[in-house]
Amino acid sequence: MTSAAGGPDPHAGFGIGALLGLVNGQQGSAARRRRAEGKPVVPRFAEAAREALADAGARHELAESAAAARERTAAAVSELPDWEALRAAGAAIRDRALLDLDVHLETFEQAVADAGGTVHWARDASAARRIVASLVRDAGDGEVAVADGPVLRETGLAGSLAARGLAVLDASGPEGRDRVRAARVAVTGADFLVADSGTVLLLEADGAARACLTLPETLVCVAGLDRVVPEWEDMEVLLQLLPRAGRGDRLSPQVSAWSGAVPGDGPGEVHVVLVDNGRARILADEVGREALRCIGCGACSAVCPVYERVGERPFDPRGTGRSGPIGAVWTPLARGVDRAPEASLPFASTLCGACADVCPVKIDIPGLLVHLRGEVVDARRHRPVPTPELAVMRGVAWTMADARRFETATGSGARWARLLSRGGRIRRLPGLLGRWTEARDLTAPPAEPFRAWWRRRAPSRRSTK
Amino acid sequence: MRVALFVACVDDAMFPGTGRAVTSLLERLGHEVVFPADQTCCGQLHWTTGYRREAAGLARRFAGVFAGAGGTVVTPSASCAAAVRSSYRSIARAAGDPGLERAAAGLEVYELTEFLVDVLGVTDVGARFPHRVTYQPTCHAARALRVGDRPLRLLRAVKDLELVELPAGEECCGFGGAFAVKNADVSVAMVADKVRHVRDTGADVVCALDNACLAHIGGALSRLRAGVRTAHLAEILASTGDPS
Repeated sequence: MTSAAGGPDPHAGFGIGALLGLVNGQQGSAARRRRAEGKPVVPRFAEAAREALADAGARHELAESAAAARERTAAAVSELPDWEALRAAGAAIRDRALLDLDVHLETFEQAVADAGGTVHWARDASAARRIVASLVRDAGDGEVAVADGPVLRETGLAGSLAARGLAVLDASGPEGRDRVRAARVAVTGADFLVADSGTVLLLEADGAARACLTLPETLVCVAGLDRVVPEWEDMEVLLQLLPRAGRGDRLSPQVSAWSGAVPGDGPGEVHVVLVDNGRARILADEVGREALRCIGCGACSAVCPVYERVGERPFDPRGTGRSGPIGAVWTPLARGVDRAPEASLPFASTLCGACADVCPVKIDIPGLLVHLRGEVVDARRHRPVPTPELAVMRGVAWTMADARRFETATGSGARWARLLSRGGRIRRLPGLLGRWTEARDLTAPPAEPFRAWWRRRAPSRRSTK
Repeated sequence: MRVALFVACVDDAMFPGTGRAVTSLLERLGHEVVFPADQTCCGQLHWTTGYRREAAGLARRFAGVFAGAGGTVVTPSASCAAAVRSSYRSIARAAGDPGLERAAAGLEVYELTEFLVDVLGVTDVGARFPHRVTYQPTCHAARALRVGDRPLRLLRAVKDLELVELPAGEECCGFGGAFAVKNADVSVAMVADKVRHVRDTGADVVCALDNACLAHIGGALSRLRAGVRTAHLAEILASTGDPS
């Protein structure tokens, strides 16, 4: 790109030497130290991706399943002539919910209380684990049925309950359902919360969680506080969008909805734990808050060409279960970009836009990635010594601020490049721009740039402004 | 009609044949082409890499240069057209610069095939190109500008050109600007699949509306000595014989 053409322009104050730092400029010394000490390192995207790419078998499987998922969802979506209108409605419903999130959450809390349930608030993952553990202890005899789901994975709940000495029964396991019958307390996730009725909705493919919702005496539902919608009518749209975009189903095979506790019917005690865990931080970001529209369908991962090749792990450096393109925006928004793994995620994309095209609630994921790249760069501007990349990009901007400087840089870059080329091709670039020429040649720039040709051809137009 | 030609900085320095092709094509169709000499870079690379302050400076500069030139702006770079048409609004908002937002909204910028098909209403531009050709719908052309089948309609009207469909064409080639070096391993894995699809078509030439993507695909083809060359679509449309 531009930097490759920029070359060692004597006027620009930057050159090949600076370009050499382009990639490794962000290598954290803390990460190097931890590695040297043999301590676990949370990998940056590029490192984890390199490992994932080396697993050819997994790559093949990923490609096959991604292709199948794309076909299924494309078919399910094309059945609906009003799909685009539904997407627009879905985005508007989620935006309306987020605009007055505090109001809707209070309404929800009141409605749950009126229906005989209790709402708990968890600021972060560890608070969620503490609250759930204490509810489980209060309710049971040490056995707890757990139906795993995204929020449970995000907060590390199942593992933490086991670590606290509780017998965790996996409701989704093969022997799950029978043993769940015996458990007096169950923990599940939740997909949506309806504020005006205090209803919790859970959508499933296999019905594993359904037994948890009816049989135990005490039910603990854990939900992200972003998943509230103002009223029941909103579900009409979301229940059409989620299954079709996510798994290519016309309907979710199992939709469970319950409001509070009804005597003699299902659990006598119902708790809803609302988890923040970075969501309030996302909401405070005027551009980034669009990410909270997410309804967790996974459509963005299914179409992502990067995800197709590297899978979940590189997108989810801390194992929170939120991966793919939405994970690459959600995690840095929720946790900040001060640390290298989070700061690497917004760059894990070619900005190809496939994800934005399929998102059922029209989240502009590429736009959010660019926004976060800006946050990463701005955070680095305050460093006492500028990163090599910042120096290069400033140099390029300075060069481009004047047409003559640009032409001078083009000329000197072309002279350098021709020294490195053979038969019009550059097969090896020095330093870290060598990452390009590891597998790709570069065309040697021509002796005459376009603007020189233009002047030669039409001298009378030289003054055209 | 008078057209202000915007040649992307990469095209100016690395692929001058594309700007020459647009000039000769539009002149052949009877239009006047001017090249505002102060133009440099639209700021896309800075914006997409996170350098919003620098991007805003370049965007202001671009808007000033082309507002001064007046009239319709045409560019052979789909991604630069998309940057000006859709990213400038975000750049202006991030910079808190409503003046830039207004200036950007006042610019009338077309990617070449949009200009030919929508504004001039032509699909047969009188070209001849006796080759087997496949078209790569690059991400910004397909998903940011949504040029759709305009390039294909233009290609179908080229005399002696055999057009073959590229399988999985709308999948990204893995270039992505700084992505190609920041995440070189993934980028290379993506372009390897793209090149495999290109070779499967048996085409002599792969064309697109963005030279940066073509440099990526062409770089991999060249490394493999695949015997397939790249050409910007403008160069095919400008051709009246065998340019080899």
